[in-house]
Amino acid sequence: MVIYGVYIVSKSGGLIFNHDHNVPKIETEKTFSYPLDIKLANENKKIIVEFGQRDGINVGHILYAINGIPVTGGQLDDGRDAMQVLENKENYPISLRFGRPKMTTNEKIFLASMFYPLFAIASQLSPEPKCSGIEVLEADTFKLHCFQTVTGVKMMVVAERMQAGMDILLKRIYELYADFALKNPFYSLEMPIRCELFDTNLKLVLEQIEKSGITNI
Amino acid sequence: MTIHNIYIFDHKGGLLYYHEWNRIKQSGMTSEEEAKLMYGMLFSIKSFVNKISPIDTKEGFLYYKTSKYTLHFMETPSRIKFVLNTDNNAQDMRELLQQIYSQVFVEYVVKNPLSKLSEPIQSELFKTKLDAFVKQSPSFLAKPL
Repeated sequence: MVIYGVYIVSKSGGLIFNHDHNVPKIETEKTFSYPLDIKLANENKKIIVEFGQRDGINVGHILYAINGIPVTGGQLDDGRDAMQVLENKENYPISLRFGRPKMTTNEKIFLASMFYPLFAIASQLSPEPKCSGIEVLEADTFKLHCFQTVTGVKMMVVAERMQAGMDILLKRIYELYADFALKNPFYSLEMPIRCELFDTNLKLVLEQIEKSGITNI
Repeated sequence: MTIHNIYIFDHKGGLLYYHEWNRIKQSGMTSEEEAKLMYGMLFSIKSFVNKISPIDTKEGFLYYKTSKYTLHFMETPSRIKFVLNTDNNAQDMRELLQQIYSQVFVEYVVKNPLSKLSEPIQSELFKTKLDAFVKQSPSFLAKPL
């Protein structure tokens, strides 16, 4: 029973709420000798693994630390350039920590607004008339469930593939949204939801599902 | 149960083949435009899935489901994409796509020296074989309207 995250997207496609729920942290630390047997590249101020998967270090992972010193924006925290450190033979053996890139808030907003056209195109390309947008999207590692309310707000849950009863959870989240966000006089429509009651109640529901299953919410 | 239509895209996003069996609603654009829209959507979904996935993906995107139809997706390592639209009850469509790739596409397109892999498929043999292959699958059964 794993739920990875909950997203709420407004009618106009903006992310108004997001909650990460036990997202697994994927990090591996290894000691390397010269020359490196994986190919690294500098992309968008991050150092990513381009080729050469081994020991849990996969393509697409980014370099988090060299010898325990964190790397930010291609630079070590002591000011040295990470790529130059890696090229210098004298620095070896070297210990590198790699991990799957974490989504920043900006990226989440970007992804939420990206889902909006996908949802619309899916209904446009339908071979049958009167079709809704995407309701379930499955990949090999997760399943995304989406519920659109009559007013156009989308509730999305990213969960494990085998997790059942997500439609009930989505309806429950809608209920919480109606009760604790919309009835809050300080909440204005289309704006990010910052209501404490909504947060706590949502967390409560998610915890309940984890403990006792979907049946008693 | 019914199979609506199939799209095959090459590695650059060009439409190699399109065929429809039971399609009730047309999208109101030329098939060329529609193919571009479809490819664009798949491309975005792939990147979306890669970013939002909590752990590293292997195959990535498998299918999506709407209220009326399901889109099944398969990509070969050579980046040829197969897209099949069915109704929501169809099962094991990935297997069917895999078979279409290995038993029809490879046999009658890749092994045909006259068909180029970057141009729309013209081969009549391929068309008839694919049609027969899809029609014999258990999921193919036109819905009585």
